Amino acid sequence: MNPRFFESINSLETAIEFRDVSFVLPSGKTLLAHLNLQVGRGETLVLLGRSGSGKTTTMKLINRLIDPSAGQVIVDGKPTVEWDAIQLRRRIGYVIQEIGLFPHLTIEQNIGVVPRLEGWEPDRVAARARQLLNLVGLDADRFADRFPRELSGGQRQRVGVARALAADPPVILLDEPFGALDPITRRDIQQEFKSLQQELGKTMVFVTHDIAEAFVLGSRIGLLKDGEMVLLGVPAELLESSHPEARAFAACFHDGQAIGRPA
Amino acid sequence: MSLIEFLLNNRREFGELVLEHLFLVIMSTGIAVLIGVPLGILLTRRPALSKPILGFANIMQTVPSLALFGFLIPLNIYLFQFKIVGGIGARTAIVALVLYSLLPIIRNTFTGISNVDPAIRDAGRGMGMTDRQLLLQVELPLALGVILAGVRVATVICVGTATIAAAIDAGGLGRYIFRGLRANDNTLILAGAVPAALIAIGADLLLGYFEKTIQLGVMVRGKGKKLLWSSGLVLLAIVGGIYLFSGKSGGRIAVGSKDFTEQVILGEIVAQAIEAKTGAQVTRRFDLGGNLAHEALLGGEIDIYVEYSGTGLLAILKEKPLADPQEVLQRVRSEYAKRFKFEWTEPLGFNNTFAILVRGDDAKKFGLKTVSDAAKISHQWRAGFGQDFMSRADGYPGFSKAYGLHFEATREMDLSLTYRALAENQVDLIAGNSTDGLISRYGLFQLEDDRHYFPPYDAVPVVRQATLEKYPALRGVLKELGGILTVDEMRKLNYAVDGEKRLAKDVAREFLERRGLLGRK
Repeated sequence: MNPRFFESINSLETAIEFRDVSFVLPSGKTLLAHLNLQVGRGETLVLLGRSGSGKTTTMKLINRLIDPSAGQVIVDGKPTVEWDAIQLRRRIGYVIQEIGLFPHLTIEQNIGVVPRLEGWEPDRVAARARQLLNLVGLDADRFADRFPRELSGGQRQRVGVARALAADPPVILLDEPFGALDPITRRDIQQEFKSLQQELGKTMVFVTHDIAEAFVLGSRIGLLKDGEMVLLGVPAELLESSHPEARAFAACFHDGQAIGRPA
Repeated sequence: MSLIEFLLNNRREFGELVLEHLFLVIMSTGIAVLIGVPLGILLTRRPALSKPILGFANIMQTVPSLALFGFLIPLNIYLFQFKIVGGIGARTAIVALVLYSLLPIIRNTFTGISNVDPAIRDAGRGMGMTDRQLLLQVELPLALGVILAGVRVATVICVGTATIAAAIDAGGLGRYIFRGLRANDNTLILAGAVPAALIAIGADLLLGYFEKTIQLGVMVRGKGKKLLWSSGLVLLAIVGGIYLFSGKSGGRIAVGSKDFTEQVILGEIVAQAIEAKTGAQVTRRFDLGGNLAHEALLGGEIDIYVEYSGTGLLAILKEKPLADPQEVLQRVRSEYAKRFKFEWTEPLGFNNTFAILVRGDDAKKFGLKTVSDAAKISHQWRAGFGQDFMSRADGYPGFSKAYGLHFEATREMDLSLTYRALAENQVDLIAGNSTDGLISRYGLFQLEDDRHYFPPYDAVPVVRQATLEKYPALRGVLKELGGILTVDEMRKLNYAVDGEKRLAKDVAREFLERRGLLGRK
């Protein structure tokens, strides 16, 4: 049994909390409505949902790339609007689907961005970058001086994760980080990520539209539909739920298993 | 004389002109980068400004260069005690060139930064970069290639436009082109045009190479930023230095001239006489087009130039024509002293009036002697006139009315081209200058102004009173120059330059030596 399972249920400390949060575009379109949510320290919450369900919006509210239209997002006991946005973001690692590696910087420089912003000594930045490369399964000697375009999609994704970890932030946001990978690479990287997760014990919010990925990585799953949280619970609860959206995702999961099962 | 031969024989002067040209281009592009890049960045932060600013830069590029020069010269804008806009010379040329180069630089900075992948920008912001850090560490390095492409376009525009800057005494290879046009000398034109084209191609290749290097990401490993900063600082230092220098000319007498051969020869005669007799340092600011010489005298950028009495009366004072030479001279003398504090000194002795010219063959064939004779057959003739003649008060409009001339077609072109056009049967009648050396070279016939339409144009040095007070010896020198030239003599001197392709300064020196005016006793 996953020890984090219990932690998530009786989480002693809350890292992130959404209190009745809504986000409305200036055009009047509601992207997120009355969201309530708690993420415990060390927990991995997976936000599951179709495209446009509000997953990415939820993420951007946490690191204050956007401010809520109503309600409060509380990180480390303080509403995000009271945080200095820059300070807040430096405490939160961020991996996005397009990875967003800087094409003009080497892999080592890419990983070292936040430590450099934080004013680390160059030697320390370099050492940290190499340590992280090895942690995410890339040979530092081979990859440190390469440019992002010289790497495969899977390698770039690993670098993206390493970069998010660089300054050792307590919270990491991952927005469909493995979305663009082929299924085999994706499966490998998920497994590695899972062990990394257990090793590091960080608070993570992970966005995906892939229910299998949600089951592998999430201690809890939040299911979003049209900007509303329709279900929040452990994976088993999702499979047992009678909510139509939950059943739709559960069906995908069973189909996937059926195809994967040897004849 | 072949082009190579010419360049080898004149390599010193050629080298100077190339340097002047490069100076104009580097300075203008440099300042344009210092202004354009920050403006482009501002536009990405305040998109509402992009329409007015890009619109302004756009309009600037459509203004013809000579018009822009003409517009800037009368301005007098100072930054602290240094003049930054206005007057003749490199300063004004650089301001105009900067205005021309701004558009591609602003536009490319703006698009270069706007086109940075939003995912990359999001990643940077999400990692906690401030706007400044995002700009300096991510957006600018990624946009550098596009920005450089803009600088490249701006540089090529500058190399081309800088040739026209010679018209306002800013130097550069344009001097050869203008001189060549004036003297109908293709070698001279090529001596200016070919190197200018080569500079443009060279700059294009060099900046293209940088652009490629940067896009490959080779330069941007920390070194790139340092290089960028230091080159910016060096440029700034040069710019500052030049403005300080160009602000003052200190203790010299500046002799000016208009932009045709006779004027350059007269300018040399005056300059060399002053040098020989007073020992004062003389700066030559020749080849000033249109009314620029007068403007420059007003602005104190030159101290003296040779003006023609009729031109002063009609074009500068804008008064009615008078027929009597003495009367004209008296009038300009008293009015100039009153209005401008300029003094008309001794007339040089010849009258350079407009010469209505036809081909010698035509004159014989039709038995033409006077303009009135030509008026009878003018309806089957095409006429070619310089821009100056077409527009001035005593030029074409009054002239054609006085004689009842109706040409089949009237072509307006550069004065120096009219002679060639007449010789090559492109036109049948032109208005040249009576002292022009090309008249005999092309075998042209001068029709008599039988109705005395053209006022007298006695050549007289005009000098600032302030300069005469500062250098009292000048008055004696100018007195000695009184009456030294006849129309015939002037025509010979002009022909020595235009026809025999000799240098104006040599022709002037030999003339002064013959007259014993260079005796350094």
